[in-house]
Amino acid sequence: MSRLLAIAIWLTAIITVGLFAWPKWRLPESISAHSAAIDHQFKITLIVIGAGFALTHAALGYAVWRYRAKNGERASHSSGNARVEIILAAITAVVFIALAGTGQKVWTQLQLNQAAPDTMQVEAVAQQFVWNFRYPGADGKFGRVDPRFYNDADNSIGARPGPLGIDPADPAGKDDVVTTTLVAPVNRPISLTLRSKDVIHDFYVPALRLKQDAVPGMKINIHFTATREGRYEIACAELCGQFHHQMRAYLDVKSPRDYEEWLKKNSK
Amino acid sequence: MSQAQSQTAKPSTFISRYVFSRDHKIIGLQYFFLALTAALVGSAMSLLMRLRLAWPQSRWPLLEMIFPGGFGDGLMKPEFYLAMVTMHGTIMIFMVLSVAPQSAFGNYFLPIQLGAREMVFPRLNMVSFWLTLASFVVLMSALFVAGGAPIGGWTFYPPLSAVASAGPGQAAGADLWLVSISIFCLASFLGSINFIVTTLTRRTKGMSLMRMPLTCWGWFTTACISLLAFPVLFVACLLLFLDRNYGMSFFEPAGLVVSDRLIEGGGGSPLLWQHLFWFFGHPEVYLVIIPVMGVISHVMATFARKPVFGYRAMVAAIVAIGGLGFLIWGHHMFISGMNPRISIAFSVLTLVIGVPSAVKTFNWLGTLWGARIRFATPMLFAIGFVSVFVSGGVTGLVLGQTSLDIVFHDTYFVTGHFHLIMGVAALFGVFAATYYWFPKMFGRKMNEAMGKAHFWLTFIGVYAIFVPFHLLGVAGHPRRYADTLWFEFLKPLQPLHILITIAALVTAAAQLIFLFNFFLSLSKGARAGDNPWDATTLEWTGAASNVEGDPPVVYRGPYEYSTPGATKDFSMQNEPM
Repeated sequence: MSRLLAIAIWLTAIITVGLFAWPKWRLPESISAHSAAIDHQFKITLIVIGAGFALTHAALGYAVWRYRAKNGERASHSSGNARVEIILAAITAVVFIALAGTGQKVWTQLQLNQAAPDTMQVEAVAQQFVWNFRYPGADGKFGRVDPRFYNDADNSIGARPGPLGIDPADPAGKDDVVTTTLVAPVNRPISLTLRSKDVIHDFYVPALRLKQDAVPGMKINIHFTATREGRYEIACAELCGQFHHQMRAYLDVKSPRDYEEWLKKNSK
Repeated sequence: MSQAQSQTAKPSTFISRYVFSRDHKIIGLQYFFLALTAALVGSAMSLLMRLRLAWPQSRWPLLEMIFPGGFGDGLMKPEFYLAMVTMHGTIMIFMVLSVAPQSAFGNYFLPIQLGAREMVFPRLNMVSFWLTLASFVVLMSALFVAGGAPIGGWTFYPPLSAVASAGPGQAAGADLWLVSISIFCLASFLGSINFIVTTLTRRTKGMSLMRMPLTCWGWFTTACISLLAFPVLFVACLLLFLDRNYGMSFFEPAGLVVSDRLIEGGGGSPLLWQHLFWFFGHPEVYLVIIPVMGVISHVMATFARKPVFGYRAMVAAIVAIGGLGFLIWGHHMFISGMNPRISIAFSVLTLVIGVPSAVKTFNWLGTLWGARIRFATPMLFAIGFVSVFVSGGVTGLVLGQTSLDIVFHDTYFVTGHFHLIMGVAALFGVFAATYYWFPKMFGRKMNEAMGKAHFWLTFIGVYAIFVPFHLLGVAGHPRRYADTLWFEFLKPLQPLHILITIAALVTAAAQLIFLFNFFLSLSKGARAGDNPWDATTLEWTGAASNVEGDPPVVYRGPYEYSTPGATKDFSMQNEPM
């Protein structure tokens, strides 16, 4: 029994570490300016915890293999070893706190630094189970919105008030562009303001390494730069009701010229 | 004195002895069987979820006959899937994991191990159990009301859970959920007072705090956590109930439009719920695992035939985890819209709590080092516990980092992490405790061959289930999705879902071995002596508790195994020096 259990413990460790090291199970493709740093931090962390995991399982398997009961023999009497204990705890503390420190790097860069004032502004508005995106148009200003004006029935691009309830009386809202696809020019920083009309949703783009709750009553600002053209999926990552798993939209990253063309075509 | 006598006097009728019992042992067993029932229900729900995840387009006409509202044309409706998500989580976390390690085994063994005659407030103890049972009944009734059980998950975030029209199950089902959990909070709060006062005032002569078995330290620390955490959840549930039914809006901002209807009121904050909920919810994790840590240390010393390595460090680690557990709730909210600066503090403290957890792991390994291990079933589960505790723990170092939480928050990586560290690790502790204390509770031993078969299938099974969870999470799979059909990036992951479901079915079937063994051993198990494991603590002295007569006197620490020069390889706590 002891040998078998030791082998099982070792095999568990080998297989698990192997699965994580196997390139088949890697993170999704990464297409944002900050994603390489996140992926790097994940790799470092995986190596550290993989080592800790493997070492403890090696030790556990060894103890199980080596120290089984034998007739008449007594266990060694030891009720502890303060020195070993303090050394091990200190090493752990240093490693864990170092991880905690390095783990803040991308966070600080994304969350504590505001986007530059001239950054392109887009708004993402969530509702059960749809995403809408709004561009401020040529004037650079978003029109006033009011929940009393919400009109989900007409969501054509030029619709006023449309699903976001843009006040038809506000001149700033006249040229706002409202779409169901987030279109972004490549390599240009984008400041995205998240809102929700009903319950909490979460703007989640695996390829951007970006995830942020959209909370009703709050305007939450995030910023990112997409660095590769293509079409990527946007999901909802906060349980928002019956059809949470169907709340999909697309992020279209276009060349600057294609983006301008798209914007012109969809502006009034 | 007369009151003490009346409390310990044998009740005369069946009802007062076994139903409305004030005997801590009967109450412990009542809690145990409640948790066992809840575990069966909760596991069955997880299997229903697994069926839909593995084969989302398969038809299950047989299941439709059992749950006519949950299926249409044989297909499981997404709202039924989400109702199962909510109920599985709620049942497992409250009715199983908060009940079995603490209320069941704690009630049974805390007084005995302390050399006390009874819990200090036996009547209150009875009330705690009956409130817990009522809470379970109310929770289950949510399945049978119009609209079914709530679909908002066990975290119950408003506004989804505050507005009845936000989805099926969010009407009467959600109200019942809130009532059930409020009752549970009250029961746990009352129970915690009993545990704390009993530990502080009813220890027998010689049982100093530092001579208490580590199980008692676990139960005592957990009771302290319960005392502080459950009232906060109680208040949160009350406020949400007022929001839903009496026109308040503590958690809803102005201008909310749900299902085309403008919700009256405003001025509330959805984040307030999250702070209140997680102020309870994170300590909750520790109040599940701390009594289990006590059990594992206790069992491990017995079967390693060695004192627990670093007893004082183990006590310090339990207390440190219990205290720090109150300072890290914000790591559930990194991407909630909370101030990102405070996230950094929560993140660092979260990784710091890994240190006492690591100390405990070293000390379990230290206890095994140089041991003479007897591989009985309780010990197999204790060793298995160390493995899953480490496996589930290390991924906490990923999720605790703000930067990486952006990637893994609300994915299967989180689900895998907490199932291993909280669900599986705690259940391994409960299994270890059941096999270990069965002889004391029922006078017989459970069957070893069946116990070993149960361990092996479970140990392999849980890894086959939950390692793939992490791989799904790395690939970006969000949790609480009823299927993978709507996203291109999820479709290639479907084979993993099928693998997990098969592993879950096999692992669940293996639990039938445990059930069969348990009930068969009640009448057919080999008769056990007073001290079948050659253990040292007071539950094995053979004396019945809750009777007249002198309490035992304690002369030694809890884990005097293999003491050099002693005639036997164990010295019981009540053996004079």
